[in-house]
Amino acid sequence: MAECHPVGFQWVMEAKRKGARIIHIDPRFTRTSAVADQHVALRAGSDIVFLGGIIRYILEQEKYFREYVVAYTNAATLVRDDFRDTDELDGLFSGYDPETGTYDPASWAYKGVEEYAAAGNARKPSADQSAHTDRAAGDTHGAAGAVGHGHSQTTRDETLQDPRCVLQVLKRHFARYTPEMVEQVCGVSPQDFLSVCEAVTANSGRDLTTAWVYSVGWTQHAVGVQYIRSAAIIQLLLGNMGRPGGGIMALRGHASIQGSTDIPTLFNILPGYLPMPSVDDHPDMTAYLKTVTSDTQKGYWTHAGAYTASLLKSWWGKTATSDNDYCFSYLPKISGDHGTYNTVTRMLDDQVEGYFIMGENPAVGSAHGRMQRLGMSHLKWLVVRDFQLIESATWWKDGPEVRSGELKTEDIDTEVFFLPAASHVEKDGTFTQTQRMLQWHHKAVDPPQDARSELHFMWHLGNKIRARLAESTDDRDRPLLDLTWDYGQDGTDEPSADKVLREINGWQVKPDGTPGPLLSSYTQMKDDGSTAGGCWIYTGVYADGVNQSARRKPGSQQSWVAPEWGWAWPSNRRILYNRASADPQGRPWSERKAYVWWDEEAGSWTGHDVPDFPADRAPDFRPEPGTAGPEGIAGDDPFIMQSDGKGWLFAPTGLLDGPLPAHYEPQESPIRNPLYSQQSNPTRQVLKRKDNLSNPSADAPGAQDFPYVFTTYRLTEHHTAGGMSRWLPYLSELQPQFFCEVSPALAAERGLVNGDWATIVTARSAVEARVLVTDRIRPLTVNGRTVHQVGLPYHWGQGGKGAVVEGDSANDLIGLTLDPNVHIQEAKAATCDIRPGRRPADHQVRGMVEDYISRAGITVETGNTLHEKGDQS
Amino acid sequence: MSAGKTFLSWPVLRQVTGSDRLGRGAAAKSGEDWTARTRTADKVVQSVCPYCAVGCGQKVYAKDGKVIQIEGDPDSPISRGRLCPKGSASEQLVNSPTRQTTVLYRRPHSTEWEHLDLDTATDMIADRVVESRRRTWQDTDEQGRILRRTLGFAHLGGATLDNEENYLIKKLFTALGAIQIENQARI
Repeated sequence: MAECHPVGFQWVMEAKRKGARIIHIDPRFTRTSAVADQHVALRAGSDIVFLGGIIRYILEQEKYFREYVVAYTNAATLVRDDFRDTDELDGLFSGYDPETGTYDPASWAYKGVEEYAAAGNARKPSADQSAHTDRAAGDTHGAAGAVGHGHSQTTRDETLQDPRCVLQVLKRHFARYTPEMVEQVCGVSPQDFLSVCEAVTANSGRDLTTAWVYSVGWTQHAVGVQYIRSAAIIQLLLGNMGRPGGGIMALRGHASIQGSTDIPTLFNILPGYLPMPSVDDHPDMTAYLKTVTSDTQKGYWTHAGAYTASLLKSWWGKTATSDNDYCFSYLPKISGDHGTYNTVTRMLDDQVEGYFIMGENPAVGSAHGRMQRLGMSHLKWLVVRDFQLIESATWWKDGPEVRSGELKTEDIDTEVFFLPAASHVEKDGTFTQTQRMLQWHHKAVDPPQDARSELHFMWHLGNKIRARLAESTDDRDRPLLDLTWDYGQDGTDEPSADKVLREINGWQVKPDGTPGPLLSSYTQMKDDGSTAGGCWIYTGVYADGVNQSARRKPGSQQSWVAPEWGWAWPSNRRILYNRASADPQGRPWSERKAYVWWDEEAGSWTGHDVPDFPADRAPDFRPEPGTAGPEGIAGDDPFIMQSDGKGWLFAPTGLLDGPLPAHYEPQESPIRNPLYSQQSNPTRQVLKRKDNLSNPSADAPGAQDFPYVFTTYRLTEHHTAGGMSRWLPYLSELQPQFFCEVSPALAAERGLVNGDWATIVTARSAVEARVLVTDRIRPLTVNGRTVHQVGLPYHWGQGGKGAVVEGDSANDLIGLTLDPNVHIQEAKAATCDIRPGRRPADHQVRGMVEDYISRAGITVETGNTLHEKGDQS
Repeated sequence: MSAGKTFLSWPVLRQVTGSDRLGRGAAAKSGEDWTARTRTADKVVQSVCPYCAVGCGQKVYAKDGKVIQIEGDPDSPISRGRLCPKGSASEQLVNSPTRQTTVLYRRPHSTEWEHLDLDTATDMIADRVVESRRRTWQDTDEQGRILRRTLGFAHLGGATLDNEENYLIKKLFTALGAIQIENQARI
């Protein structure tokens, strides 16, 4: 965090000054480790064992916050009798189909909801969906997860003794995640591990909270979603959710990456985490809403109809009426994985003609750079919008494949447009930062020459395309021609970001169809066409007709929560689910940790933050059993977006790879999985292609050719693929060269010399880097043998024009194996070889890689077996 | 240590053996009439750092339509005036001499860029979108179910852009039937 989010880290140091203990768990020693009380180096890719070990410790030692756990989580809820866990099935959950590599999640459901489940959710991928590339059941969920049919009335045992209750399931599931197993898999000593367990549990409870912070070191794995689930389980067990100083903080890496998820430039969701309609499930809006929510579940997702209708009213205005499902049919349908890596493989297969790249540099920043660049060479046209001539704009001229002679510029028929972009000081607009806070940034100057904002580009592109098709009578053009697209500013050719933000916020629709007063809360949204709003969770950013994101009351002049600086979704709440900061009776758990509480006299919730709860819902309120929607939220159901109002220790629906986290080895690993016969995530998305080979793992033939683990990361002085840092002299001078971090022991083993060159090789590529021999990287003893790790910052690239520094790109080493839930690549743990000296000349690099591939006997099948049968299965 | 760089060249030694032993001479003094660049600005706006997602406050100082300095905003309860090396360097990001500020176009098979004016380039891109969409349009799948889409063009980017920009990207491309709209959040 000190390395990549340095200014945010000042608050960690403030906490330390007040007595907080800082523990840094990371394969490498960074500027965070340097000031932490404890640094725990573990093997990249082993975190679920470490976190699972903590969960086991909490359960075995009965350190969980019992009152919180019983009242606020699903610990007491009973799971179906036919659920079978990984400890019974040697690494699989019940419902696995080895043919498709997918689960039927029906048996993971809560007990007693079978009758409801039959009506809707429990869907399997259809037979024609390949298990490997087209699976997308998870993509049809939006962010509500799957529907919680029947969750308004679950069966609970609040003594937590029933063997089918979630707490008992958890105990059995994590029983094998012992300190000895942590030592064996992670390479962490029992002493170091237990000291973390003791610190985390001692620092949680009524008067204390522990926070967890993570970044892509947890997400970029073929089992990445379950890493986060593991932390969620710890925090729920310890009562650290919805409370000040608690929570799980995702440190996101771009100025508005949170915003681009909320208002998604992502294939599987619409604004506000509503799912994109799928061809399998969503022929019309009624069917669509049935898979988003259910009238037998609790919480605010039951209003999804109002959010959806309001979004469609924003987009299609007067054309969207109740008679035509508000133009629901205008939305295109997804039919599987259309994520960026899928798109790249389709480019390589000549199925994609055009590509827009706006403020991103996939030639360097995406995994498997070679596939990225070669994919682009198959396009008919490419549009790149950026500040500088980044590698993704110039690969046809000077990319590694052109340098090697593999591609000839004259043979590439791709048309390339480079359009200069406006910087953040040259336009108005909002970024959403990592804590969901929108901040308006004001324009200071005009952009230079032809540089324009993306707002300008998209608006004019839309105008031009609409003009070209204006006379069309083709039904396919109706969504485009009926689209509301009026963003002009006083007759100029400049669009107004303010107008767009107002549309995102939403308004009452006047009887004549024109915009009326702005909405102040998403609770005002209706499903009858009387409201419009482009992103329901952002409704309120223009509350009372004021741009709340532009508020800048100095921090020194307001409370420590600072509610009048910017605006956080939803409803300016700074901590989500903050009802849980009070006990079931509505009193703060302790005076020290008071945040939101019930004011008996006023009959409402109050506190330092906006209460994340129905304002007048008394703590002792109990709805009629089976009551759905917000009305079904009991006074002690803090998790108001969850279908049962409870925090989920066990996820009965919504995930594709299991209701609980289980440790699987990465696609490429130096060891066999000591926990189960099942080596890797049995539902991971493998891309079996000749251009995407995997190194053999563990004891498989050829694994010895790739004996080391490597992981990639960022440095303080650079930003991702370097487009905003390698062209800047100050930053380039601070970190001029691509380097690899190795331990003195590995340096001795391979003859690597500090300051000299080394070549790192995988089945994808070979890159050269300066050697940094350092104690910051420690060899670990894993499964009885020494495992060396290599650390690689990934900011450099080959080609581009005008960069102050260049170098080989670490992402060229990474293959594509994806998490099944979210299609993210496994970039944080893989295997490699490292050897002293520079790599061969450009035209000989492929030869070197091919030699490794043939020596190791690698084929498209290598590492891609989804189901490994063990002795017990 | 090379012959030309012995310890005798260390600044501290040169100072104590030179004429200005205490380092208080003219060479070490700022001129009385120096003015901070920020004080000459004719405009200051509050902004947000464009790098990571912490969202540090920035104050952008401009003069005669040019940015002259970018500093941390002490009012921000997030950053309290601090910026990291990247945020502190953002004036260089904005005023970079290598910044490409005109449109470039590379024709199929060409080895060089050529120049285009912005409007012509946008027209050409609009033509490409319309054409690719027409060629790759899918009304229905093989079972006759309605798809109403194109997989003929794709988009990547958005995590560095404004919410309002992402909104228009998603809105326009979805209305065109494009599905493969993605950004760094997947990566």
